[in-house]
Amino acid sequence: MSKVTFNVFRFDPETDAGPRYQRYEIEQAPGLTVLGGLLEIQAKTDPSLAFRSACRAAVCGSCAMHINGQYRLACEMQTEMLGATVTVRPLGHLSVIKDLVVEMKPFWDRYKEIKPYLMPGDNPPEKEFIQSCDDREKLDGGIDCILCSCCYNSCPVVGTDPAYVGPAAALKADRFLRDSRDRAREERLLLTGGDHGVWRCHTVFSCQEVCPKDLNPTGAIADLKLGAIKAKLGLRS
Amino acid sequence: MRYFQSIVVGGGLAGLRAAIELNRNNVPVAVMTRVHPVRSHSGAAQGGVNAALGNHERGVYDSVEKHAFDTVKGSDYLADQDAVSRMCGDAPERIYEMEHWGCPFSRTPEGKIAQRPFGGAGFPRTCYAGDKTGMVMLHTLYEQVVRFEQASERNEMTVLDEWVVTHLITDGGVCRGVVALDLRTGAAEAFISEAVIFGTGGSGRVYRNSTNALISTAHGVAVPYWAGVPLKDMEFVQFHPTTLVGTNILMTEGCRGEGGYLLNKAGERFMAFYEDSKKAMEVAPRDITARNIMREIAAGRGFENSYVHLDIRHLGEQKIAKKLPGIRDICVGFLGIDPVRDPIPVQPGQHYSMGGVDTATDGSTVMKGLYAAGECACVSVHGANRLGGNSLLDTVVFGAISGKAAGEYIAGLASSGPNAKLADDALRKAKAEIDAVISLEGAESISRVREDLAALMTEKVGVFREREGLSAALDGVKALKARFSKAGFGGPRGLKYNFQVLNYYETRANLDVAEAIVAGALAREESRGSHSRTDFPFRDDGRFLKHTMAHFAPDGPRLDYEPVTLGKWEPKERKY
Ligand SMILES: Cc1cc2nc3c(=O)[nH]c(=O)nc-3n(C[C@H](O)[C@H](O)[C@H](O)COP(=O)(O)OP(=O)(O)OC[C@H]3O[C@@H](n4cnc5c(N)ncnc54)[C@H](O)[C@@H]3O)c2cc1C
Ligand code: SF4
Ligand code: SF4
Ligand code: FES
Repeated sequence: MSKVTFNVFRFDPETDAGPRYQRYEIEQAPGLTVLGGLLEIQAKTDPSLAFRSACRAAVCGSCAMHINGQYRLACEMQTEMLGATVTVRPLGHLSVIKDLVVEMKPFWDRYKEIKPYLMPGDNPPEKEFIQSCDDREKLDGGIDCILCSCCYNSCPVVGTDPAYVGPAAALKADRFLRDSRDRAREERLLLTGGDHGVWRCHTVFSCQEVCPKDLNPTGAIADLKLGAIKAKLGLRS
Repeated sequence: MRYFQSIVVGGGLAGLRAAIELNRNNVPVAVMTRVHPVRSHSGAAQGGVNAALGNHERGVYDSVEKHAFDTVKGSDYLADQDAVSRMCGDAPERIYEMEHWGCPFSRTPEGKIAQRPFGGAGFPRTCYAGDKTGMVMLHTLYEQVVRFEQASERNEMTVLDEWVVTHLITDGGVCRGVVALDLRTGAAEAFISEAVIFGTGGSGRVYRNSTNALISTAHGVAVPYWAGVPLKDMEFVQFHPTTLVGTNILMTEGCRGEGGYLLNKAGERFMAFYEDSKKAMEVAPRDITARNIMREIAAGRGFENSYVHLDIRHLGEQKIAKKLPGIRDICVGFLGIDPVRDPIPVQPGQHYSMGGVDTATDGSTVMKGLYAAGECACVSVHGANRLGGNSLLDTVVFGAISGKAAGEYIAGLASSGPNAKLADDALRKAKAEIDAVISLEGAESISRVREDLAALMTEKVGVFREREGLSAALDGVKALKARFSKAGFGGPRGLKYNFQVLNYYETRANLDVAEAIVAGALAREESRGSHSRTDFPFRDDGRFLKHTMAHFAPDGPRLDYEPVTLGKWEPKERKY
């Protein structure tokens, strides 16, 4: 049986002088994912290794990390496709708590700042809001985001301005902007259009390239910009 | 010590819905959860959620009563009919409310919430959002929690994520809070409150082949169980007929609801060969479908003696892309096949725990101040077999009901408030226990015990059961418990993100809950719903129309029984 080498970032800022990479060799097996490998290391050779995971099915967004040069979900990355060595390090723009576990608070703060909930005004109907299939289709993509933060961590603007709204929060804001049931268009444009808002985006598409769900945060940002321009010009959406 | 008037344990659908209800009724609440709420297992649900809305053109004559009847029949008459009526009656209101909160359900041509047919249902009543229903519902409820958080002035809504609840704090038999571990620091802390609601999800990972998330262990039900609250009907474990070979990731029932075929290696739609599925074919209920797949494999007509094909190719690329996009992504990502061109290899796998913490219809348990809702609880609305789409419904309906009941209970308390002595005592005990765990010096590996247990349960306590296998399983669990008592900690002594401490508690929980499952299955000498005994192939209402209650004891559960609440519908033979 062939082996695969895991080269894993290790660091506890409270006790270690600096980060290091630790090598582990494990058996290659058909279907072995990066997460599967990490779990095996944790269970069999090194219980001190820390990382997050939950669903193992690419739906919960827990296991985003930097794998052989790119941000990906560890649970859907087959080791066979990565060659003989798998190098893993934590998400880049967030501080390390231990090994591959990072402080997600800045990411969630940006998410919360854009008011990530429907604001439909008062008096909902007795049954459901009527929404046409076409209007519902406008939400596709925006509602598929698993909040893994791959995009956020690959965005160069987040790297220089941690207060920047960032691709994931912008995608969420745009999802509500597009929702025919929402009545907070102006407020949403204001929330995403400030000093640290969508205008800071360089449109370098890193976020879009890296998204494991093939979503389009750059498109959402363009949509928010367009909305803001139209609002300025007094045009209706 | 920290004090919150109420505490919800679990950030999945049941927990979040309970927290919202408490907060809406002006009860301050803290949600404590092992993972960030949106990482909860609820997010994996694909197919949909049931409510008799009558939005489908073939569903105009649907009603709450028909939904209730389908649920009772589906449960093989083990469900409590008062609880079922409550759930089905509240269903439309809960679903409209989710929609008003922004849940992006798919739509009918008239712009109403779309509904699809699901197994065991007389009408298309499963509301859905593509094949990501659980995820959009979970995100919607978390969004509302953020809204409440932002509206609260003095932390009336607090989310404490990456906290693992390990013990209940009780005072004279009344629940007064919890002890929890902060994963981030590894430190234990005591939380005093007036009421605690558990929404800790299912115990799927007691099994190896399971559709459940890695975090769906028995720990969530074990904490109340260890504290003396009985578990009900644990032997009823649902096996989903169609899970992906290898990872056991779920291939939603929607695949068959939309018209997919089940094929044996000769390419035959074998559901036609069996009396109990020849009419409903692929949309027969889960227990029947899972059994007939196992029979087909046993008869040598499966592939590699272990799976059959789920074929959706004839639905066409467009329909697959529109209605089942997540399924396509999973097949491509995890198996390298495209269901537009290839049939999907599937086999039955553990999917849902019908049993759980015994609760009354308002979510209360035998312990005053302790409530439970969602998959960790057993009300019982699913009885011996849950219908697809009824458990997402269970989470939001009973999440709301238990939140309301807990709020009323708190309002009626004569005295309340922080209690430092109670907290200190509980914390001291918990810390001593954790210290003892960390200094375990034995030679046995905790992880190996956990894996061996999961393998044993999958092999011996699966779709088909009989006395010999179950007795062997019971001996096996006891032997594993003996091995576990000789385990060594073997992990790092530092406590920060020390998953080995968690692993210890989860393994202990899996062992004790597995024992309750096996003991219940062995004692139940009949076949009912998901519990299929080859040595007792028929339902036996005379002896077993009753709920199994398992009470914790260190050397194995003590079983007794409670009557089923019947009502409108007398037990009949379950035919489809
Ligand atoms: C793949 C899949 C697909 C499904 N599809 C459907 C479907 O289409 N329709 C349907 O009706 N049902 C479906 N189900 C079932 C349904 O999704 C679940 O029953 C339901 O989501 C459970 O929700 P819950 O809130 O009870 O628990 P969960 O969502 O599992 O949440 C449990 C929470 O408890 C926390 N927790 C657990 N233990 C502790 C502890 N000790 N301390 C602190 N926190 C703790 C966890 O962090 C988590 O936040 C599906 C299930 C699976 C596995
Ligand atoms: S396109 Fe904008 S948001 Fe996306 S990575 Fe580039 S700068 Fe960041
Ligand atoms: S947009 Fe994509 S990369 Fe960004 S958080 Fe959402 S799923 Fe992850
Ligand atoms: S573990 Fe959930 S996305 Fe990877």
